[in-house]
Amino acid sequence: MNVLLDVLLRAVVWLALAPLLPGIITKTKAWVAGRRGPPVLQLSYDLARLWRKGVVLSTLVSPGFVIGPAVAWVAVFGAALLLPLGALGTGLGFEGDVLLFVYLLALARFCTAWAAMETGSAFEGMGAAREVSYAVLSEAAIIAAVLALCVQSGSTSLVAMLTPAAGAGAVLLAAGLFVVLLAENCRVPFDDPNTHLELTMIHEVMVLDHSGPPLAVILHGASVKLLLFAVFLTEAVLPMGSLTPLAATGALAASVLVVTLATGMTESLLARFAFRRVPLLLTVGFLLCLFALLFAWRGGPA
Amino acid sequence: MNHALDLLIGLVMGLNLLALGSGRLPSLIRAVSLQGVALGVMPLLMEPEVRWHVALVALATVTGKGLVIPALLRRAMRTANIDREILPFVGFVPSLLLGAGGTIAAMVLAHELPLLPEQTGSLIVPGALASIFTGFLLLIGRSKAIAQVSGYLILENGIYLFGLLLIHAMPLMVEAGILLDLTVGVFIFGIIVDRIQREFDSIDTRKLTTLRE
Amino acid sequence: MREALLIIVPLAAALLAAVWPSERTRAWLMPATGVIHVVLAFWLLFEPPVVALHGWLGFDPLARAVLPMVSVLFLACAAYGVSYLRLRVERPNRVFVASFLLLLGLLSAAHQARHLGVLWIATEGLTLAAVPLLHFNGSGRSIEATWKYLLVGGTGIALSLLGSFCLGYASLHGGGGGDLTFAALTAQGAGLSRPWVLTAWVLLLVGYGTKMGLAPMHTWKPDAYGEAPSIVGALLAGGVTTVAFTAILRVRAVVSAAGEGAIADRTLLVVGLFSMVVAALFLLATRDFKRMLAYSSVEHMGILSIGAAFGAVGVWAALFHVWNNSLTKGALFLSAGNIRRAAGARTTDQVRGMSLLTPRSAAIFVTGMFAVTAMPPFGPFFSELKLVRAGLERGQVVSIVLFLVCLLLAFFGLTRLVFAIVDGRPRAASKANSARFSETPGVIGPPLVLLVFSLWLGLGTPAVLLEAWSAAVAQLYPAP
Repeated sequence: MNVLLDVLLRAVVWLALAPLLPGIITKTKAWVAGRRGPPVLQLSYDLARLWRKGVVLSTLVSPGFVIGPAVAWVAVFGAALLLPLGALGTGLGFEGDVLLFVYLLALARFCTAWAAMETGSAFEGMGAAREVSYAVLSEAAIIAAVLALCVQSGSTSLVAMLTPAAGAGAVLLAAGLFVVLLAENCRVPFDDPNTHLELTMIHEVMVLDHSGPPLAVILHGASVKLLLFAVFLTEAVLPMGSLTPLAATGALAASVLVVTLATGMTESLLARFAFRRVPLLLTVGFLLCLFALLFAWRGGPA
Repeated sequence: MNHALDLLIGLVMGLNLLALGSGRLPSLIRAVSLQGVALGVMPLLMEPEVRWHVALVALATVTGKGLVIPALLRRAMRTANIDREILPFVGFVPSLLLGAGGTIAAMVLAHELPLLPEQTGSLIVPGALASIFTGFLLLIGRSKAIAQVSGYLILENGIYLFGLLLIHAMPLMVEAGILLDLTVGVFIFGIIVDRIQREFDSIDTRKLTTLRE
Repeated sequence: MREALLIIVPLAAALLAAVWPSERTRAWLMPATGVIHVVLAFWLLFEPPVVALHGWLGFDPLARAVLPMVSVLFLACAAYGVSYLRLRVERPNRVFVASFLLLLGLLSAAHQARHLGVLWIATEGLTLAAVPLLHFNGSGRSIEATWKYLLVGGTGIALSLLGSFCLGYASLHGGGGGDLTFAALTAQGAGLSRPWVLTAWVLLLVGYGTKMGLAPMHTWKPDAYGEAPSIVGALLAGGVTTVAFTAILRVRAVVSAAGEGAIADRTLLVVGLFSMVVAALFLLATRDFKRMLAYSSVEHMGILSIGAAFGAVGVWAALFHVWNNSLTKGALFLSAGNIRRAAGARTTDQVRGMSLLTPRSAAIFVTGMFAVTAMPPFGPFFSELKLVRAGLERGQVVSIVLFLVCLLLAFFGLTRLVFAIVDGRPRAASKANSARFSETPGVIGPPLVLLVFSLWLGLGTPAVLLEAWSAAVAQLYPAP
């Protein structure tokens, strides 16, 4: 009974807090540009509005068009529940859960791409192709980062991996994971979440035909994914285990905020990259994580 | 052995990868110039107290590699009025991956070579090998003459880094020889780049293909 | 003092040339310096000085065994150069003459270098001093050749510096005091750190091998020799490559003292054979007779390298071959220059019938071709015979068979090309062009003298040279 309550509470925290992050990013961008910007809760309002709307379905689509976003949302949410929250630990952790974590993220991506293909539109197919070809590189980076943490902690459970500090390669790991965060969540300089220029869209292309509740699910899933990466990045770098529970929770919240603000600043200061430069930046992210892995392996320099 | 030194060598290795990944000449030249400054500071970090000739080498390196040579390259770039895009023979992503592979290989290789007790665990040898490898990659993989010269400079930087192992034992003459050679070498490189530009109206070495079997 | 003059006189002459006011008389500085250099070098050959063991420079037996040859070659090139520069009055020659003299000074310094660092600085200087000589013609093609020469040569030089550092560290790691003279390094012997010695050997072989033009580091050679004026090609092929070869010999002696001589010999053999194979194949394919000389040079560098792999007797044969190859190659380069000027072209597609237009140069060219392909009684035949015997004594039958096959292929390649140029009916364009260039004694004499020298070495090698080579071998292979 206690366990159930614990999981339920966590779920509420994740689901409620996640939509705040895109709001904070938008607010940061508006602030840098000298505008007032939409309220922080704008995404929540949007989600509520979308939920009340009806769904337009093409005659071509199979049930996969609706199932895809749902499964993707569940997968991301499941992955989020595996992550420990600072001193609170994890509700569902077990030895080897990091593998499940990585696979759940991959499943979410697969389902999004699948749903996009269901429309039968060449345009959305192209978006799926772009998304998946970039994922090849960013997943390599995630795997390298996860391996670095595994090697360093000698464990394959997320709790054990994320509690101590990242050691000598922390800076590399932080930089690498930040690049991955930007790429995975379709932020500038990889993709512009606000763009409606067909030639340059990646993620947005895939969800063009979705409407109503499925679109709400997709948007909410995306915000959960952003929070998930922010938490993962923070815990991978900060030595959570060496702080008091209260301090750890505070540090986690503060750091997630910092990461979010950093994302907003990046979006304000950088222009979107040309397509052919994107793989280069992703390779850099991968190499950063790879070198973090090397450092973890050899025990760092000196 | 020396934490600050290893940090700087790490920076040099990072700059290697930056040089491999940069798609425009100014950023490539900036990477080379930063590397020169980092190399110049290193001899000072190796000594408990700073002797005058070491300070001289450091000063000469920082001005030579960090300021004069990059300035020469920038001037060549401006007067040649060339397109700043670097046209690679080997793409940026493959060269980055190759560079990273080379860096890892350098780490492994350096492990096989015995070092004096006071230098064990230092990053000098892997850093030197990685820079030399990066230099080769740029020499082979880029078509603009200035990019190739930058590759040559990074190669030289690697050798200079290796020379730091010997800074105590080697006479000043050899150190001075390195600097002299580099300055003269780049000066002559600069003249030839200039000649290429005047003769072919471009410094794209892909135009230099008359001579072959 | 005399040995220092070998270096100082050309350097002073180079300075003088840089400030000499008259374009017309400046070229005479070259043969004048050449004569002084030859006199000094042969005086030293007959009366060798005492060498300070740990000096950084010194006229030691190895320098004595090679440097007089460089001196003779330089004098021939310089004499030819006076006539050549008179034909090229349209180009200012201040930089050319100064660099040419600088090249001689640095050649003398590099041959006498007994210190790893000094050797490297002199070689670096040689590389850079050759740059203005290579693009004397100022054409697009010569700039292309210079660029390739600089990139490949510069990289080679950088690697040899790294190799020198590695050798220095080998000494340091073994407890040495940082003395980089070859004498000190050899004396340390087995005390040198083995892994570092092997690394140094590989890097120095690649580095100096690039200067020497061993395959696969030979790629700059055809372009540079093809585009440079003939006297520059002759001096590069006969002088600078020799410096690189003696450098490799000196380093090999250190490696052998450290107990890794067998590995060094094996690498030298493999690199040498590979160079010969590559050169032989390209000789069969090329259509340009100046590039042909470059590939022939690669082939002979391979022969030298193989000789160095065959122990004391092999090195003796290689030193003999250094003289033969350089002098014969000099005659070939200079006569090829005459033919090239008269024909106005360099490929078999455009040049033929030169025996009618330039009969004397063509005769020297054909004779030189036979000499360089080891036709008795010219010198190269005897040195290569000596080398084959040295190989057979060591039981390297397979290598010797490959060596002979390569020589045969090279012979086919050279004769094919040379006779295509010499025979037949000249083209009209060549006829009109050759009227402007007559075969004066100034351009016929020097190659002829070099060829006669090569013949003399074959018919009766002077006793003093035999003794000098043996002394050099004794320096490199000290009796246990």
